[in-house]
Amino acid sequence: MPDDLSTSAENTWCPGCGNFGILSAFKKAARKLEERGIDREHLVICSGIGCHGKIFDYLRLNGLYSLHGRSMATVQGMKLGNPDLKVVAFAGDGDAYGEGISHMIYAAKRNADITVIVHDNGAYALTAGQFSPTSEKGFKGPSLPNGSVEEPLNPLALMLEAGASFIARGFAGKIDHLSDLMVEAILHEGFSVIDVLQPSVVFNNTYKEYNERTAIIAQTPRSYEDAIRLAKDKGTQVPIGIFYQVSKPVYHKELMGSWNPVRDKTARNDRLKKIKEIL
Amino acid sequence: MSIVIDTGNRIAAKAAIMAKPDVVAAYPITPQTTLVEAIAEYYAKKEFTGEYICVESEHSAMSACIGASAAGSRTFTATSSHGLLLMHEMLHWAALARLPVVMCNINRVIGPGWNIWVDENDSISQRDTGWIQFYCSSNQEIYDTVIQAFKIAEHANILLPVMVNLNAFILSHTSMPAEIPEQRTVDDFLGPYIPGWKLDIENPVTFGNIIGPDSYIKVRYAMQQAQMQAKQLIPQVAKEWKKHSGFFHGDLIEYFECEDAEYILLAMGAIGAESKIAIKELRSKGHKVGLARVRVFRPFPTEDIIALGKQAQLIVIDRNISVGNEGALFTETKAAVSGIPETSVQGYIAGLGGKDVTYQDIETMVEKAMTGKAAHQLWYGVEEDR
Repeated sequence: MPDDLSTSAENTWCPGCGNFGILSAFKKAARKLEERGIDREHLVICSGIGCHGKIFDYLRLNGLYSLHGRSMATVQGMKLGNPDLKVVAFAGDGDAYGEGISHMIYAAKRNADITVIVHDNGAYALTAGQFSPTSEKGFKGPSLPNGSVEEPLNPLALMLEAGASFIARGFAGKIDHLSDLMVEAILHEGFSVIDVLQPSVVFNNTYKEYNERTAIIAQTPRSYEDAIRLAKDKGTQVPIGIFYQVSKPVYHKELMGSWNPVRDKTARNDRLKKIKEIL
Repeated sequence: MSIVIDTGNRIAAKAAIMAKPDVVAAYPITPQTTLVEAIAEYYAKKEFTGEYICVESEHSAMSACIGASAAGSRTFTATSSHGLLLMHEMLHWAALARLPVVMCNINRVIGPGWNIWVDENDSISQRDTGWIQFYCSSNQEIYDTVIQAFKIAEHANILLPVMVNLNAFILSHTSMPAEIPEQRTVDDFLGPYIPGWKLDIENPVTFGNIIGPDSYIKVRYAMQQAQMQAKQLIPQVAKEWKKHSGFFHGDLIEYFECEDAEYILLAMGAIGAESKIAIKELRSKGHKVGLARVRVFRPFPTEDIIALGKQAQLIVIDRNISVGNEGALFTETKAAVSGIPETSVQGYIAGLGGKDVTYQDIETMVEKAMTGKAAHQLWYGVEEDR
């Protein structure tokens, strides 16, 4: 249903795609954030390239439609440009864990105050179903008809190791839960990432599996070690929720203190005065 | 020999596997995807027995090809648009290290705004990397050119990577008939790749060492000499291919109705093919016009264009723009004929972003240029009435 966060762009996702769940969850999150004092003008979005990227066209929010694998780097620039903004990078698994993986690792390492929402469907769906960094071993697609021989990446364990201060996993089929995770991630000061299990109805339909296997984490692990253990857990259940959250110094404050290049910009007259002094 | 009806991408894949590369490394991007998927299909059916790797980015794809080529393997990859741009530094690397990698590039628009249709800014913006560049206009030409590309790239006097360009969708996804020779014919024509030097534990060599200015300038000079030699070699290789297969695609320029032409149109890629219909129409109206379809942009066919400039007034259509100056073919054509008095070169920018360029459009452009209205290169469909 069109609403005040929708655009006039025609939605071209496949009917039933997990991306619809992510879009709904994000709209709910944006409204909850408004209730908590973050207005839409201060919520800025960015996307990469792939099926997920179209979310940019469907959300009536400010932002930038970035390159494949680069949305995480782009929002770091936005945050430095105006630290008052809440910046959100949407990415696919190919974006975040393939072509843009170095940006993920460095954003986590420096604890950049950004949020990355990864639409993780374990396939390159826009180019019609090739294997991706999170495809299961044995995944068959048009680029590997005999199946992949590679183990998939474990993005949560990787992000923990890289130093991310907020790590969560959501499921596109559990919209309210996902929406709450998004709110927490965006409010978290520091690098937050949500790996969203996103069924692709055409190329990697995981609805049945995740409807049966996902289980909300009762309590966020208390230690880093417990979080790692949970992230590497290969039990029958697939835990969703917050895996790890810790308060750490954030990059822009370490770099610039409380200075904001937009708010604290020297007025034109003062700049002219300074130039005259130098001359 | 068999006649198949298939898309440009699948014909390119067929040619690539018939050249029997040892290594193919690629990353998916629209509209290249179906080319690599066809190779994957041949690999799965064991009709292609080389190594085939799906990597994590185009930069990695070209890096893998460079490594494989340095180890003495025949290598192939394919990409498009932003994928080609992400390869940029490795394109220079492959050329400077004199590694005969062959690549198909599906000409697609560069974003933003995002658009998957055809223009040639992707490959034109890579023209100074040292790669030999072909622009095809039919699926048969794609087949013949990919096969010949390996022969040219691996020739002892050349040893440069070769990029075979085909226009997005107009060629990549359009089915046309193409004659495919027997595997034996391709084997006899190409033979195995025997590198002059390679990474070999029995006879160690290194690639990419630090060299000082005195040597570096010689490296560039040697590349330039190889490109200049390619101008002679490309038609020779095509003649040889004709002896083996019976098909010919090979001159730097394809000429059409140029013998008595007073105006000659220059264009590349699919616009070059569409222009033939326009030329026939214009001839039927009594205009003495011909077409010079530029197949090879690097090395640039300067001598052939000088000959055209001595014969006729030239009209250029570019599906690319060097922003701040002009379309690349227009600029380079003017430079080639700059010493010939009385020759005029007029030009158009057309078809950017995949905007259709029909034979009627081409007729309109040529007729307008015949009145001298396109001397400063007009943007067709944008400012044609200026």
